Amino acid sequence: MKIPIYMDYHATTPVDPRVLDAMLPYFREDFGNAASKSHAFGWRAEEAVEAARAEIGKLIGASAKEIVFTSGATESDNLAVKGAAHFYREKGRHLITCRTEHKAVLDSMHRLEREGFEVTFLPVGKDGRVDPDDLRKAVRPDTVLVSLMHANNEVGVLHPIEEVGKITREKGIAFHCDAVQSVGKLPFDVEKMNVDLVSLSAHKMYGPKGVGALYVRRKPRVRLIAEQDGGGHERGFRSGTLNVPSIVGFAKACELGRAEMDEEASRVGALREKLRRGIQERLDQIIVNGSLEHRLPGNLNLSFAYVEGEALMMAVKDVAVSSGSACTSASLEPSYVLKAMGVGDDMAHSSIRFGLGRFTTEEEVDYVIELFVAKVKKLREMSPLYEMVKEGVDLAEVEWANPH
Amino acid sequence: MSYSNKVIDHYENPRNVGSLDKADPDVGTGLVGAPACGDVMKLQIKVNDQGVIEDAKFKTFGCGSAIASSSLVTEWVKGRTVEEALTIKNTDVAQELNLPPVKIHCSVLAEDAIKAAIADYQKKRGIAPTVKADTIKGDRRELVSKGVLKAGL
Repeated sequence: MKIPIYMDYHATTPVDPRVLDAMLPYFREDFGNAASKSHAFGWRAEEAVEAARAEIGKLIGASAKEIVFTSGATESDNLAVKGAAHFYREKGRHLITCRTEHKAVLDSMHRLEREGFEVTFLPVGKDGRVDPDDLRKAVRPDTVLVSLMHANNEVGVLHPIEEVGKITREKGIAFHCDAVQSVGKLPFDVEKMNVDLVSLSAHKMYGPKGVGALYVRRKPRVRLIAEQDGGGHERGFRSGTLNVPSIVGFAKACELGRAEMDEEASRVGALREKLRRGIQERLDQIIVNGSLEHRLPGNLNLSFAYVEGEALMMAVKDVAVSSGSACTSASLEPSYVLKAMGVGDDMAHSSIRFGLGRFTTEEEVDYVIELFVAKVKKLREMSPLYEMVKEGVDLAEVEWANPH
Repeated sequence: MSYSNKVIDHYENPRNVGSLDKADPDVGTGLVGAPACGDVMKLQIKVNDQGVIEDAKFKTFGCGSAIASSSLVTEWVKGRTVEEALTIKNTDVAQELNLPPVKIHCSVLAEDAIKAAIADYQKKRGIAPTVKADTIKGDRRELVSKGVLKAGL
């Protein structure tokens, strides 16, 4: 077993060796510009890109023509949200999203607010999910776009996309879904879900960094105004020379994801459950944040009560995880996702996100359980809060000095 | 967060973790911070008849630098008189541990913990408080406006 252990698959994933092998020829002999129409170097590159488009489309039930390549999901989110809002601004100025979206969507929405759009930020339940009824109630005659992610990047919770898609289709509202965390890991079908725009990223599914895609529905057609001006590549949606080797890698990652999805989801899900049980059975006051039922197989987000997240990460430095604690960021605010779910600041400070994936082994999970149990016990021995609780003090009743 | 070796040393080998009997008349207990803010420090001192702090213990809920700051001040207050301990400033702690700017509040909390523990001891013994309670318990902005703390901390 190699140390350190990687359990941060939501941040990024290692490139699958089979993906890298597929990419290499496009750095060497097949280095052409896919937009060069006058010679064989360009033709070969274009051929590879078109094959990739079809392969990526297949994974989400889309046709090749509906795939627009981008630099990654942040760009895809920006293009979808701002591009659709700008196109439909004469039709209406109301947009709907959710409080736990990725910053690429939230901050795009905030910019649109400054431009004069009105945005409804839907709440989530304790389980982290949007209630489709809340969405139905939020829809107005001037609503032009709904943006809702499939799986949340912090808690792995899955939103009811299919139910939301029924509502948006019925009302004739464009529906964007950031599906970065779920595509390649769980089934995703644009027809079944009635989604019009989908953001994808290669490096979250064992492909290379710096490449992503936006699915743009053709029937019924959804329209966008391009964000980036230039040579009119990608049907005018996104100018810029295509990153051919990465696109080839992205497609290989999609092919592998499709072929191995079922087996992988059950294997990774079983490891996640082993990790959860292993920790919860041996430590008291360990809370799972978000729904366990509607969740990515590889996600576990736990609050270790009375232990601060960053201190815990320092104690387990052989394991790469992340925390919703403010202390890990410059903002000094704990995770807005956990906050939106009604998790108290104290428990948000105590949260750790585990991300398991394709290369996680059972041996690693066993090691992580032992390590966390030992370190949490040690930190609780050092925690005045744990001591107070053991003495029977109700922490909610304490008048804390120095609130800041 | 990249920390200095001193923070890591105190974090990995914290000095004086534990509790003293808070009912002991020679023991002063300071509890500062709040769980919602991500850090709570409990600092206890045991003062002898000469007014010298002969033992100190801490427990801290907080990040690595909060734990290191409290560990460090337990070392510093031991062997000092109460009056001497009150001269320890958060800037001394921050400097000694080379805390990054975003972690300066941990050293402020450590200074507050010393003041709170001494105030508790003095109250128990019926000694006039050296530091007024409101300068400890007020929030940071208030402390800045009173000139107790420098702005930016």
